[in-house]
Amino acid sequence: MSVGILGTKLGMTQVFDEAGKAIPVTVVQAGPCTVTQVKTAELDGYSAVQVGFGEVTEKALSKPELGHLKKSEASPLRHLKEYRLDSSGDYQLGQQIKADMFTPGQEVDVIGTSIGRGFAGYQKRHNFKRGPMAHGSKNHRLPGSTGAGTTPGRVYPGKRMAGRLGGKRITVKKLTIVRVDGDRNLLLIKGAIPGKPGALVNIVPAKQVGNAN
Amino acid sequence: MKAQEIIRSIESEQLKTDLPIIHVGDTVKVGVVIQEGGKERVQPYEGTVIAMRNGGINETITVRRIFQGVGVERVFLLHSPRVANIKVLRRGKARRAKLYYLRDRVGKATRLKQRFDRPL
Repeated sequence: MSVGILGTKLGMTQVFDEAGKAIPVTVVQAGPCTVTQVKTAELDGYSAVQVGFGEVTEKALSKPELGHLKKSEASPLRHLKEYRLDSSGDYQLGQQIKADMFTPGQEVDVIGTSIGRGFAGYQKRHNFKRGPMAHGSKNHRLPGSTGAGTTPGRVYPGKRMAGRLGGKRITVKKLTIVRVDGDRNLLLIKGAIPGKPGALVNIVPAKQVGNAN
Repeated sequence: MKAQEIIRSIESEQLKTDLPIIHVGDTVKVGVVIQEGGKERVQPYEGTVIAMRNGGINETITVRRIFQGVGVERVFLLHSPRVANIKVLRRGKARRAKLYYLRDRVGKATRLKQRFDRPL
C-alpha cells in the first residue's frame, strides 16, 4: 500500500559492483509522474492517489481527459494509474513523483506486459518435448496424446495446448534497485523485467508477503 | 535523449580507456585481482588469446595455456575491475578468428608463428 512510479523500459546492460562482479541491470526511465487526483475515504469511499505519466501533445487526448488533467494543472499525459493507500493525506494535486523516491538496495516489484508471441505451439508455450526430426518420423512438433479414449470421451479442461502466448500482465517480484539517477530520472534494476524496450512498466516497493517476523 | 544513448552513457562510466590492442593469436599476461583471506593481490595469468568477443562493456577474451599438462582456458571480462592490467607479450600469426583447433593439439603443434608487423 504505497505509491509507485510509472516508467519506460529502455533496455539492459551490466554494471560492476564494488567486488568487481558484473550485475545484469535493466535501465528504466521512471517518471517524473504527476499526481492528477487524490482520492479520500470521505469523498470517494477509499484513499488512493492517481498519477499520470508520459507527456503527449494536446490533440492526442480527448476533451474529457484534458478536463480531468486540467484540475491538477498537469500537461497532457498518456497513462494514468491509481495507487491505493491507507491515507492519501500526504499528497497534493500536481505533486511530482520522481525516481529518487527509491534508494539503492531497495526491493521493488515490477509490473508490465510481457512480449506477445502470438499463437504459439506446444514447445514454445508449454515446453513440450519435440519428436524426432528424421529417421522416418512424421511426429515433429505434435502434442502426443491429449487423454484417454471412450472414458471419459472428452479432453479435460486445462489440458495444455497451443494458443496465445505472452502479451499478458506480468509481475516480477523482489527485484533489487542497483542505482538511482535522480537528475535523469533513471532506475537501474537488477535482472530482467517484462516487455520490450519502450514498454510501460509500473514499479512499486516490494509487497511484503506473510509476516515480517 | 534516446534509450541507446542513455545506456551507452551508463556503460561509458565503466569502460576502460587504457586497454591495449589485442588480436587473436597474441600471447598476453593478464593481472587478475584475487581475494585471499581478506587481502587483495594481483595474480598474473599468461597464455594465448584463442577467441575474442566484442560487445562494448561485455568485451571478453579467452586465454588458453597449458598448466601442469592440463589445458586451462579462462575468459576475462576486459572492462571488469577484477582485470587489473593486460600486457601483450608476443604477437602471433593466426589465419582465423577463433583458434579452437588448438584444443586438439599438444606440444609443439600448439605453437603460433610470431608476426612483427604489429607493435607490441
